[in-house]
Amino acid sequence: MAHHDITVKVQGVEHQAKVESRLLLVHFLRETLSLTGTHIGCDTTHCGACTVLLDGQPVKSCTVLAVQADGREVMTVEGLEKGGQLDPIQEGFRQEHGLQCGFCTPGMLMTSYALLQRDADPGEGAIRQAISGNLCRCTGYVNIVKSVQHAAAAMRSTPNPQTPQ
Amino acid sequence: MIPAPFDYHAPRTLAEAFALLAEHREDAKVLSGGQSLLPLLKLRLGAAGHLVDIGRIPGLEYIEERDGKLVLGGRTREAAIERSELIRTRYPLLADTAAVIADPLVRNLATVGGNLAHGDPANDHPATMLALGAEVVATGPAGERTIAIDDFFRGLFETALAPDEILTEIRIPIPPIPPAKSGGAYVKLERKVGDFATAAAAAQVTLGAGGEVARVGIGLTNAGPTPVRAADAERFLTGKVPTDELIAEAAKRAAAAASPSADRRGAVEYKREMARVLTARALRLAIQRAKEH
Repeated sequence: MAHHDITVKVQGVEHQAKVESRLLLVHFLRETLSLTGTHIGCDTTHCGACTVLLDGQPVKSCTVLAVQADGREVMTVEGLEKGGQLDPIQEGFRQEHGLQCGFCTPGMLMTSYALLQRDADPGEGAIRQAISGNLCRCTGYVNIVKSVQHAAAAMRSTPNPQTPQ
Repeated sequence: MIPAPFDYHAPRTLAEAFALLAEHREDAKVLSGGQSLLPLLKLRLGAAGHLVDIGRIPGLEYIEERDGKLVLGGRTREAAIERSELIRTRYPLLADTAAVIADPLVRNLATVGGNLAHGDPANDHPATMLALGAEVVATGPAGERTIAIDDFFRGLFETALAPDEILTEIRIPIPPIPPAKSGGAYVKLERKVGDFATAAAAAQVTLGAGGEVARVGIGLTNAGPTPVRAADAERFLTGKVPTDELIAEAAKRAAAAASPSADRRGAVEYKREMARVLTARALRLAIQRAKEH
């Protein structure tokens, strides 16, 4: 059974591990690194609960091999909060009640976070399109859309100098 | 779900990849974006002893016009096609298609070469490439060869690629120069975002100076064991100035070329009828776009 030494940066910190070829990125994050914020929902590339950023792009980590992430950067939901300060997207979901059971939330947050990196003022259509690979069975999406818009407005009013405009 | 064990290789050059493919032959699979292959391995609908990941080989992702063709690197991501200004302005059929493949998260990894090389008639790019009259470039240890898209799909999940070849490029004719005008459209019926097409139609139309159809390409998705070219419909429209009646007749002929199979997306009759409706819509939109060209 083939194993590989990999180095993956997660929230900017390098992690080295020996992994089996077939290990999925989501299992590497949850089981090897104990980052259980990333959820496993359908495990069949449909639901998006396992969404993480790979080199800044949101992807379904149940459909990526851990070895494919070797030498690359991953950001999970645990990377959003910085120094006890919620990211604006987390604050948006909190203020607008963008979750009920919370199972889809890690994926929703990561996809929305990536959207706001490239679009500072997305309309409802753009938000719904961006999250169309993330399923929520509770909210009906209405409050999720409001949450993303809440975060976008907050980010526009207090621009982060580190965020490329 | 966890795939059966396999070995993983990450070659840094095409030559290294060919050597691995030559060594492992039918036991090896090329891993591109992995958005079709990994689900198959996880569900254990497919198995491979060796995955050859082409993700670390430089120079396989590009979108550019060169020598009278639009050329796409085989590993170009669907998201890159979707966001490309060149594609959005000059290749609406491709832009339409990329925007409805799976979902936005999948499109960040899924590649156009993988979409074709997988040989799945339910994938969206095959019909599009048929309509566009594309060629694919297969590169192997002996060099590269071009394959007309009509000769590429051999059967269900079967293509003209040899076991030691990689689909490295797709070449698409660039739009004609005025007074000829061209436009294209892809219209897909799906139960939900991320599902395969219940039915879908791709149309690319070039109108001559007199408004007559100088060239038309029509491809159907999920309408048989291989992607379907609606050749009879194409012949019928060519040379005629399109009207609603002629488009309706062409759509009827396209539907006759479809041989879908029944599944949870619908019965054969329903799918064939949807192929007719969607072909008419794709043709109308393509012609409208050609006129605005």
